[in-house]
Amino acid sequence: SEPFTVKLHEDSFRGYRTETPSLDVEVTKENLLKWYRSMTVIRRTEQAADALYKQKLIRGFCHLAIGQEAVSVGLDSATTFDDNIISSYRTHPFVILRGGDIKSLIGELLGRVCGVSKGKGGSMHVFTEAFQGGHGIVGAQVPLGAGLAFAQKYHGKKHATFAMYGDGASNQGQVFESFNMAKLWNLPCIFVCENNKYGMGTSAERSSSNTEYYTRGDLIPGIQVNGMDIIAVHQATKFAKDWVNSDKGPLLVEFVTYRYGGHSMSDPGTTYRTREEIQRIRSTQDPIRGLQRYISEWGLASEEDLKAIDKEAKAEVDAAVEEAKASPFPDEKELWTDIYSAGFEPPAMRGRDREEVFRF
Amino acid sequence: HTMTVREALNAAMEEEMLRDENVFILGEEVARYNGAYKVTKGLLDKFGEKRVVDTPITEMGFAGLAIGSAFAGLRPICEFMTFNFAMQAIDQIVNSAAKTHYMSGGVLPCPIVFRGPNGAAAGVAAQHSQCYAAWYGSIPGLKVVSPWSSEDCKGLLKAAIRDPNPVVFLENELLYGVTFPMSEEAMSDNFLLPIGKAKVEREGTDVTIVAHSKMVTHSLEAADELAKEGIKAEVINLRSIRPLDIETINKSIKKTNRLVTAEGGFPAFGVGSEICAQVIETEGFDYLDAPVERVTGADVPTPYAVNLENLTFPDTNSVIKAAKRALYRTN
Repeated sequence: SEPFTVKLHEDSFRGYRTETPSLDVEVTKENLLKWYRSMTVIRRTEQAADALYKQKLIRGFCHLAIGQEAVSVGLDSATTFDDNIISSYRTHPFVILRGGDIKSLIGELLGRVCGVSKGKGGSMHVFTEAFQGGHGIVGAQVPLGAGLAFAQKYHGKKHATFAMYGDGASNQGQVFESFNMAKLWNLPCIFVCENNKYGMGTSAERSSSNTEYYTRGDLIPGIQVNGMDIIAVHQATKFAKDWVNSDKGPLLVEFVTYRYGGHSMSDPGTTYRTREEIQRIRSTQDPIRGLQRYISEWGLASEEDLKAIDKEAKAEVDAAVEEAKASPFPDEKELWTDIYSAGFEPPAMRGRDREEVFRF
Repeated sequence: HTMTVREALNAAMEEEMLRDENVFILGEEVARYNGAYKVTKGLLDKFGEKRVVDTPITEMGFAGLAIGSAFAGLRPICEFMTFNFAMQAIDQIVNSAAKTHYMSGGVLPCPIVFRGPNGAAAGVAAQHSQCYAAWYGSIPGLKVVSPWSSEDCKGLLKAAIRDPNPVVFLENELLYGVTFPMSEEAMSDNFLLPIGKAKVEREGTDVTIVAHSKMVTHSLEAADELAKEGIKAEVINLRSIRPLDIETINKSIKKTNRLVTAEGGFPAFGVGSEICAQVIETEGFDYLDAPVERVTGADVPTPYAVNLENLTFPDTNSVIKAAKRALYRTN
């Protein structure tokens, strides 16, 4: 469809040691509808995970990104599979966006063989060929991301790595260690702080002496982005990719966003913030409703068209959930595979007692 | 031919860097300074700054960065100035390097070598004298190598660099300057030793002494002394901590019926403890005619004063004493 130019709200970006991205963004009807569909599918999938968790079909920790859909979909929209995205444990959307599908995501949450990690990783440890995880230790993925960028530079590739972390992880020492090396070595690394305002139950103000996360890179320039507006996220991601691809070294990008749910499924999310706060953001800043307003305003689709997309998304998610539920648990032999790369295993690995030994 | 351990390690890295463009080394002082212990001497001149990378003092950061680069297909050699400093990075080694391949169902491999001096040096006190063999040896997903001789170092480091799994390569500072003979085969640039196989350094029929790293030297010296009393000790150089070559140990026990383990690490939950457990759980136990004797470091944070330090780490006499006890011979 024909590209046209829209103007973002003037508060969409703030800059630190750099100009901000242009507020004029070229979009197409096709892309906007695609993003709407992706965000809707992702929210439906997260809601399905919520329900499956409550039915006790999902075990352990499960972190949902409901409210933060514009960040994942917007980020993905301006990258290719040659770019790297690495993040923490609130990353279900990237499976769907970057090479996996709803079934392989839900399958992983259910611990089934159809899961992206064969059921061996669970909610926090999801990986695809174009998404490097899915890491459970707060902040540890940031130097890993710097390493992915190091490899891109080493191979002379003009691609970018997006190393994502939350406002909570931003205070880990290794995050600053990564900033330093990335700047020192001019790595094509975009450090993305997904600021959803709370690290577990601790608000940004109570954890960080400086809550302007985009300014925390010292000599590394940064931009702050309205992470509830997918068009702003898309534009900022393009800006960041151009930045590293023109050898300007690393960049910090802070997406200001919000999670509607608790930190994980075991957190009601209402002891450290008010219900009114959640309700206010839902009704004024929701990323899906925001895009919906743009689409209507610009006359790209009718309310019925969008409702049809919603319906379709729901059906797609429901079907995928049923398929994933039908997938068996992993074969017991899978306990032993992937500990080591095939062909390079030890002769045997021990089970729970001396008779439970697996020989390769 | 002869080579020092330092030269053998250096040769292994140089050969592998020549063979594979994806192999690079990073760490503190590895490039311009030529290595804190000169193990990387000359590599910067040969391969340039792209492949020999001086890092800031930032262990957790550069260990994580190295692991990320391995996820992306590079083959990093991550040098720690000593393994004591790698404690700052142990989360990255254990949680990111060892487990990601498994957690991702095989999507992300992690071909990396973590190397540097391990165990006690001389006179550096508690924070710089510790053996991490048992620590890393307990982690599935890692391979752990603890070489002794120059041949060990060359063949095992080359094998570690080529291995698609994360390998922890534990060197010993006190051995860097020691010269060992090198066979013709070991001088070749295709000389590889299998990770997971121990080597019988000296054959004997009366008692088995299993050791790794510097304790192999003491065990061979002990065997010489024991021979003077007519005791034929078999000395096994473990080479690899994980996988542990229990087969070679059991084969030796079947011959000698007596076992001594010798290591420089703390006694509790150590390499010797694990060998005991595995012997008991396998056929080796049926062939033992005496309790297993463990020779270990003392259960003490390493003291500085020389007389106290001497009481902390085992030496040749410690091994002799234990071997005789295993043979029910008293001094």
